[in-house]
Amino acid sequence: MIALSGIAKRFANGVQAVSDLSFAVERGEFVSLLGPSGCGKSTALRLAAGLLQPDAGTVTYANGKPEIGFVFQDHTLMPWADALTNARLPLDLKHVARGEADARAAAALARVGLAGFEHAFPRELSGGMKMRVSIARALAAEPQLLLLDEPFAALDEITRNGLGDDLLKLWREDGLTVLFVTHSVSESSYLSQRVLVMTPRPGRIAADIVLPGGRDNRLAPATIEAQRSISATLNSSVAA
Amino acid sequence: MKRVADIALPLAVAALLLAGWEWAVSHWQVPVYVLPAPSAIARAFTENLGSLMAALASTLTVTLEAFAAACVLGIATAIAFSQSRLLERTLYPYAVILQVTPVVAIAPLILIWVGFERINLALVIIATIVAFFPILAGATLGLKSADFNLIDLTRLYGASRAQTLWRIRLPTALPYILSGMKTAGGLALIGAVVAEFVAGSGTATGLAWRIVESGNRLEIATLFAALALLAATGVLIFAALSLMEWWLLRRWHESAISAS
Ligand SMILES: Nc1ncnc2c1ncn2[C@@H]1O[C@H](COP(=O)(O)OP(=O)(O)O)[C@@H](O)[C@H]1O
Ligand SMILES: [Mg+2]
Repeated sequence: MIALSGIAKRFANGVQAVSDLSFAVERGEFVSLLGPSGCGKSTALRLAAGLLQPDAGTVTYANGKPEIGFVFQDHTLMPWADALTNARLPLDLKHVARGEADARAAAALARVGLAGFEHAFPRELSGGMKMRVSIARALAAEPQLLLLDEPFAALDEITRNGLGDDLLKLWREDGLTVLFVTHSVSESSYLSQRVLVMTPRPGRIAADIVLPGGRDNRLAPATIEAQRSISATLNSSVAA
Repeated sequence: MKRVADIALPLAVAALLLAGWEWAVSHWQVPVYVLPAPSAIARAFTENLGSLMAALASTLTVTLEAFAAACVLGIATAIAFSQSRLLERTLYPYAVILQVTPVVAIAPLILIWVGFERINLALVIIATIVAFFPILAGATLGLKSADFNLIDLTRLYGASRAQTLWRIRLPTALPYILSGMKTAGGLALIGAVVAEFVAGSGTATGLAWRIVESGNRLEIATLFAALALLAATGVLIFAALSLMEWWLLRRWHESAISAS
């Protein structure tokens, strides 16, 4: 679906955020990008979305650039607009007719469990609900590739778990390809089929760990073993 | 309850002050040309109601025209700035120069350039110059304050500059623009009054001219009546703009929500 190869990115202020970053995500996969804070995860995701241009290396998509949905750590909703208008933003920008756009945005809201909240304003919603609107907005344009940047980091654990389960359901139902940025080992191993562990800045991939048995078997010894090796990679690369 | 107190307390203070003033003037027999009693001012107000209202209409027309012009020009200039950093860097200093130059100093020049036969246009231009800057400053800051991630999202969906401006930047700027407008409303009135003062009698017909004229004729009670009318107008403009601000932001902005 998407492959980054030999990517380097240095910002104008001289910070080398990533260097020689290479990884690929296959169609239909749920992959986590895991690393310590400041290692270049967000930068990698923005490079993958084409929002940033790399200094070196290439980003390639398997069949032309797919429709991309992006979810930020902050809900980044428009505070002046209700949930429906927020979820409709991608469709409005693509000049989809109003009636159809409304219907698709309402359907997206219903899929994240917010039917009935179409006309609520962001300030009237809880943190978890705002994040759900943000996910609905990403889904409204029917993306093939969903990029999420620590979407649940600001939420409490119960809300986080609920959203994680719902995200898995959406991924399965839609046959989405998901690249999920996180700094939590347990979150990455719970949600994804494969975890890419990044080194501290400048970020590269330190390990590519497949979770045997998948999420449905997360207490299996092999899963716990995989978690252990994720943590070990993180610790050794931070210490190095 | 709090809202009642917000209105009742200032009113009680005003009543107390007026009563004290009335008493002091009669007790010490202050001459009317030094300080007229509130009752004398009220009498002057009703006696000159027609001419005072005509003067108010004249000043108010200039004020509102200048305010509208300042809004349109300020927002348009800020939009142009937001589309071109180069333009902003080139022209913003001139806007600042216009702002820091005392308007009384440039008013005579404008009156001469525009000509006394088009006195109203000259007054509007002067008041516009005074009211323009807070709107430009507010709108410029507001248009720049849009959430970067939201802007990135519009790029992801291939939005045009116009779409980003209309859907993200302008709504973000709205509270900043409204706050600039609240300042500009009062400044437009001040600008209109200053312009009338500079234009002098014989040409201008507004409240400022009434104040000057009443002063010259030692009709101090009428002067006070005109002054009170001017102050009331300023308060009313501010109140109207505050109401509009609250109404436009009531659903989403912190400032409007905590006030309600
Ligand atoms: N636009 C930018 N300009 C300058 N430096 C940046 C910019 N974005 C990120 N950085 C820097 O690049 C490094 C990696 O940032 P980021 O990709 O956000 O890390 P992460 O998401 O893993 O926490 C950090 O040191 C950060 O300060
Ligand atoms: Mg980040």
